Amino acid sequence: MNGLRAASLDLGTLLLPEIMLSVGAMFVLLYGVFAPEGVVSTRRAHLLAIVVTLATAAAAAMLANQAAPLGAASGPLAWDGFRWASVAVILLGVLGSLVMAMEYNEGAALSAPEPPALVLFSATGMLLLVGSRDLMLIFLGIELMSLAIYVLTGLDRSRAGSAEAALKYFLLGAFSTGFLLYGMALVYGATGTTNLTQMAAVIESRTLGTDPLLVGGLALLFVGFSFKVAAVPFHMWTPDVYEGAPTPYTAFMAAGVKTAAFAAFARLLLDGLGPAYASWHYAAWVLAAVTMVVGNVLALAQQNVKRMLAYSSIAHAGYLLVAITSRSADGVASLVFYSLAYTLATIGSYCVLSIVSGGIEKRTRLTDLAGLARTRPALATAMAVFMLSLLGFPVAGGMGFFAKWYILRAALNSPTPQIKLAVIFVLASVVSAGYYLGVITTMFMKPPADDALPSRGVDARLTGGVVAVAAVLLLFLGVYPSPAVRWARASTMPMSPARAVAAPTPMQALAPVNSQPMLP
Amino acid sequence: MIREALYVSAILFSIGVLGVLTRRNALILFMCVELMLNAVNLSFIALARLHGVSGQVFVLFVMTVAAAEAAVGLAIVISVFRHYRTVDLGRIRLLRG
Repeated sequence: MNGLRAASLDLGTLLLPEIMLSVGAMFVLLYGVFAPEGVVSTRRAHLLAIVVTLATAAAAAMLANQAAPLGAASGPLAWDGFRWASVAVILLGVLGSLVMAMEYNEGAALSAPEPPALVLFSATGMLLLVGSRDLMLIFLGIELMSLAIYVLTGLDRSRAGSAEAALKYFLLGAFSTGFLLYGMALVYGATGTTNLTQMAAVIESRTLGTDPLLVGGLALLFVGFSFKVAAVPFHMWTPDVYEGAPTPYTAFMAAGVKTAAFAAFARLLLDGLGPAYASWHYAAWVLAAVTMVVGNVLALAQQNVKRMLAYSSIAHAGYLLVAITSRSADGVASLVFYSLAYTLATIGSYCVLSIVSGGIEKRTRLTDLAGLARTRPALATAMAVFMLSLLGFPVAGGMGFFAKWYILRAALNSPTPQIKLAVIFVLASVVSAGYYLGVITTMFMKPPADDALPSRGVDARLTGGVVAVAAVLLLFLGVYPSPAVRWARASTMPMSPARAVAAPTPMQALAPVNSQPMLP
Repeated sequence: MIREALYVSAILFSIGVLGVLTRRNALILFMCVELMLNAVNLSFIALARLHGVSGQVFVLFVMTVAAAEAAVGLAIVISVFRHYRTVDLGRIRLLRG
């Protein structure tokens, strides 16, 4: 409980980005109350939300360079490079999906000022999640994030698929929350604390690594988190929910939820439960291997691009689990780097889908992309970049190649080298070429279908802008990755047992476990 | 005393899990999830006798979140009911894994 004593905490500074986002969300809600109904208010509410996100990003960038305030060393909220890097990636995803949603909602007649507020509330939960070093805050972050997303999934009330996806997501999400909570209760019972820093110290000093209560808690935590990050065998909801949700919110889910949940999962496993590595290592290993293989194989059979991307996001959860399993500073850095590449490529490809389908959800089949290179060459080229980036293709895939390369290196150079896992990782990536390249051949080599490309009633210029920015960033960081690498290297967090109670200085790169440089 | 409470909580949790896995009515599923959460609450309260007050604080958070979850969940159930005129998951089969 020491961590929660308010007197020793400067909560106003520690929670500033979260406070800004949630206050901003309330302003957007208030605007919705007083604004007249119609498309103009919807657009203004989205713009307001974008301004709030940008302001939060600016504040976070400022805080990242400041000295840690009172209570940041071992309190419930972390103040390290890992938090700020994850915050940056998440806010990038939020910005992209807000812009996409602004135009999509006009086209799909979802006109209302409330959705951007829900996005901001969900983003608040995500930021809380990546910064929290306490089981209570992790729980609150996950719930705040998920509750808003359940609503966003079911936003399109005119479509039965949207409502059904929301119900499925809600029931399975609440079910997994039960497991997560029970896991937290057992871990709390075994260690007597909810603070991750103290937890690591307790586990180490009392050698609790194989305590039945702790191991049971770990197993339940794995089940709960596997649901949230969509790892096999707890992935059943993903394709249905991704397909049913309105496209901008699918992008938000795919990018933001994955990054935030993985950041929290990594902090929980590497910081709080690091000394119990021997107990969870095998579970993480199997989960990673099965997720990579099953996700990629199932994606091969999909005819709907949204579903295909859902299976691909399952496979990417497997790749990120490899980074966690390697348990090193390099692993954490590659996790952040990969999240950035994944967020850019995901947001970009859903933007392309949103433009091509023109707000009509049924038009996301693979055949709807046929001949896109002839009708809209720039859009097709950008989509090709995103697909190659998700595949991890060198040069043309931009940053995606380095993202996979760093995870591979982290796995091979880890203190306990993951050679078999690395082999599975490479083979699974080869399989994924089957469907990523399939999209490209469809766009470039097939003639347009007769009923393809409906005339769009909506303006999609800004969404097109997001596509361009994402593609250019991916390519630029693929040719010149040093800034992103340096930034990812700075995003270390304290990892137990090596630094169980040490206070991290902000943005200071802790000495990596192995001294080989990651720079290409 | 604490041991017994933990056993009861484990049994309650298992009943909840079984219910979610076997029943097909969305509302009953939701009740089973609530049962799971309350089982966890019992664990926290029992463990708080060992480890101090933070377990009890956790329970207050869980209860608050469960209330919010009920509000959102029931709204979603209603929007599904409007489309299908049923909340039986066996009959709602539009999207398939």
